[in-house]
Amino acid sequence: MGRAFLVCRLAARDVRHHLAEAVLLVVAIAAATATLTMALALDGVTSQPYQQTRNATRGPDLVVYITSPSQAAALIHARGVVASSGPFPVASATIEADGRTGGLFAEGRSEAPAAVDQPDVTAGSWVRPGGVVLERTFAQALDVGVGAGVTISGRRFTVVGIAVTAAQAPYPNLCYLTTNTCGNLQTDGFGSEQLGVAWTTEADARALASATVPLDDFALNLKLQDPADAPAFAAEHTPAPGPIISSPADQPELVISTWEGIAAADALLVQDAQSVLIPGSLLLALLAVASVAVLVGRRLSEYARRVGLLKAVGGTPALVAATFLVENVALAVSAAVVGLAAGRLIAPLLTDPGAALIGAPAAPSLSALKAAEVLGVALVVALAATLVPAIRAARASTVRSLAEIGRQPRRGAVLIRLSRRLPVPMLFGLRLVARRPRRALLSTANMAVTVTGLVVVVAFHTSVAKRLSTAGLGPTAGGLSDPVINRDLQMLGVLTVMLVTLALLNAVFTTWAMVADAQRASAVLRALGARARQVSLGLVVAQVVAALPGTLAGVGLGILAFRAAVSDGGTPSVLWLVLTVLGSLAAVAALTAVPARLGARRSIADALASEAA
Amino acid sequence: MNQPSEILVRARGLRRDYGRGESLVRAVDDVDLEVAAGEALAVMGPSGCGKSTLLHLLGGLDRPGAGELWLGDQRVDKLSERALAELRCHRIGFVFQAFHLMDELTAQENVELPALLAGRSPRRARRRAEELLDQAGVADRARHLPGRLSGGQRQRVAIARALANDPQILLADEPTGNLDSAAALDVLRLFEALHQGGLTLVIVTHDDRIAGTADRLVSMRDGALVGERRLTGGARGSLAQFAGLRGE
Repeated sequence: MGRAFLVCRLAARDVRHHLAEAVLLVVAIAAATATLTMALALDGVTSQPYQQTRNATRGPDLVVYITSPSQAAALIHARGVVASSGPFPVASATIEADGRTGGLFAEGRSEAPAAVDQPDVTAGSWVRPGGVVLERTFAQALDVGVGAGVTISGRRFTVVGIAVTAAQAPYPNLCYLTTNTCGNLQTDGFGSEQLGVAWTTEADARALASATVPLDDFALNLKLQDPADAPAFAAEHTPAPGPIISSPADQPELVISTWEGIAAADALLVQDAQSVLIPGSLLLALLAVASVAVLVGRRLSEYARRVGLLKAVGGTPALVAATFLVENVALAVSAAVVGLAAGRLIAPLLTDPGAALIGAPAAPSLSALKAAEVLGVALVVALAATLVPAIRAARASTVRSLAEIGRQPRRGAVLIRLSRRLPVPMLFGLRLVARRPRRALLSTANMAVTVTGLVVVVAFHTSVAKRLSTAGLGPTAGGLSDPVINRDLQMLGVLTVMLVTLALLNAVFTTWAMVADAQRASAVLRALGARARQVSLGLVVAQVVAALPGTLAGVGLGILAFRAAVSDGGTPSVLWLVLTVLGSLAAVAALTAVPARLGARRSIADALASEAA
Repeated sequence: MNQPSEILVRARGLRRDYGRGESLVRAVDDVDLEVAAGEALAVMGPSGCGKSTLLHLLGGLDRPGAGELWLGDQRVDKLSERALAELRCHRIGFVFQAFHLMDELTAQENVELPALLAGRSPRRARRRAEELLDQAGVADRARHLPGRLSGGQRQRVAIARALANDPQILLADEPTGNLDSAAALDVLRLFEALHQGGLTLVIVTHDDRIAGTADRLVSMRDGALVGERRLTGGARGSLAQFAGLRGE
């Protein structure tokens, strides 16, 4: 009991004594845990809006696409079906609005409300002759509102309403469920991601058919006695999977979408955000390990004396290790709590279910299991950086610890030999790298993780720009905007800011640690005749030399990571990669230059006296 | 020795303060001092009297708050940082009580360092380092790291390093403060040899046996010079016996 009290008291005093460093440590770990919390909290946030939309629109349990109205009767009277609407004719068409063009899935509807799947009109009114109602995400992508004029397959229509539905996946994921549902609609060069949904009167839909694109699709909406039976019903009534469909003639006669599948397609928007946040939190966790390692490393020599004192008064190696660990574990737990709270506060800003659904999302949920996951990550980060120093401290000799004999610098014979022929700043810089190889390695790793993240972001931007320009999409190309891409960019933006902030913090920590460690060497060099500027430049060289391999590795890793995440992802242009490398190195140099210059201002006599004391 | 042309170091009204207001400490207080070329000067005084600060000022490691400092014909106290660095590199050699060797460099690499800083070729720097280590009696320790050398050997390596660029003056701050008697004697013998070769020496010490080996002794108290004595035996005599140190 007494020992536990002592350990806790020592940890508390040390935190109070080094409050700024403790806060920085908490911030570093909290950034990673907050991001992970956000990613975990996004689970299932669209399920509630989908249910609300389904209720408001009398959403079907099954949407069946048939090629002839005569197929409908057997399905309507099948076992378990309690209500239906349709079959409604579905025309493949193209739509143009103010220079923006896309493919259209135009469903012909009665002006009277349907018993199943009556889209909820959020603006304007329901269909009338010459008047079209656009699905809300598609209307946003076209940037049109009620009253706007649009051309559908050469015929002029007025947008009379904007509506949401639970019977279709929203733009741009209309064809997410299966390509079969879009097989006939991929006309006029529009890809599956350029297709939207609209409703017209039945007569208008039929009028959109032509000899080249005949009207041979009908949508039938079914309500089952038990919605949970939808997958079984679909399996029972769907023909055996055929070969890959290569032409409309290959279309099966019947394609069924279940409400669960549509709900999953609706959730794609938020899932995309998760797919960005989860690897992002991993990158941030790696940076947090580096932050903690540098912060702990900076204080090792100070810790050594404390270890010596503890051992001198009878502290066992276990007590010494516990003292070291308890403090960092306590800080990690605090960081996890901060991260959980921050993540939970920020998550609602990311849980907008998109324009396809109505209603508010459920509050992001965080089960005990998810909270434990976040806590686990925080502890792993702290332990990864402190376990080895703790064991080393426990095993350290009491006399050496009391004498504050810290880690002796390493001798990198090759670098020392190489540096003899170089100008003074390079000579000093390379020798600094050689004397603390582990710290240099940490800087390398820090840069590798940061640049990996940056290259992924750059690659994503390049890929999006390429995709938009080749598909004629995007506001700049006069095409459609993509809500999924917009959400991804938003997530990547948030993540980039966090990544860069943490990387900058790390660079500052590492630089401070290096400048402090090199204080004596700098002072001796200046006493021997090196100029302050040469010494400062040497410190910058040391950091840049350590950062360079990490930056180059980060470029490669970033490209690999992006290609692994995005199957059709390309490679950023060489110019962008070069700019990323140069920008990162310039940032490192600038961050080092400040403490290096400040260090060089210190009187040589003072620096030597304090080292000798 | 007293003729103006032979004066290598001249300080007038040299002052160095630390702190402000009530906590102001005048470490060096209005010091006038001249050191002739080829002279061995010892500076003595109790701990904290300002000896080391004076030495740092003389060597351009620190700047005076007031006064003038000349090295030969060059006024030093007004020099830019860059010019001071040049001065330390080419005209002044330092020896510290704590040696201040680079732990990760071998003895030879430590001695090469000032020559490399001065822009000499690695080959020239190495040759000069070998000569100096030989002169200092530690040639056989050239490839050893400082951690594997005794205190006396470290100090001899530090002296060799201080001589790498053939300075006009060697400033030594308690050079034997961390050494046992035998090692101290070795170091003093080395100083004697350097002095006999015409090198100007300023040695700060609180050990009167060490001070007794100089040509002249100045005493300090509370930052000020309080006494001066010319010594007759000096380094040209039998140094060890004069200093009361036992030879081998």
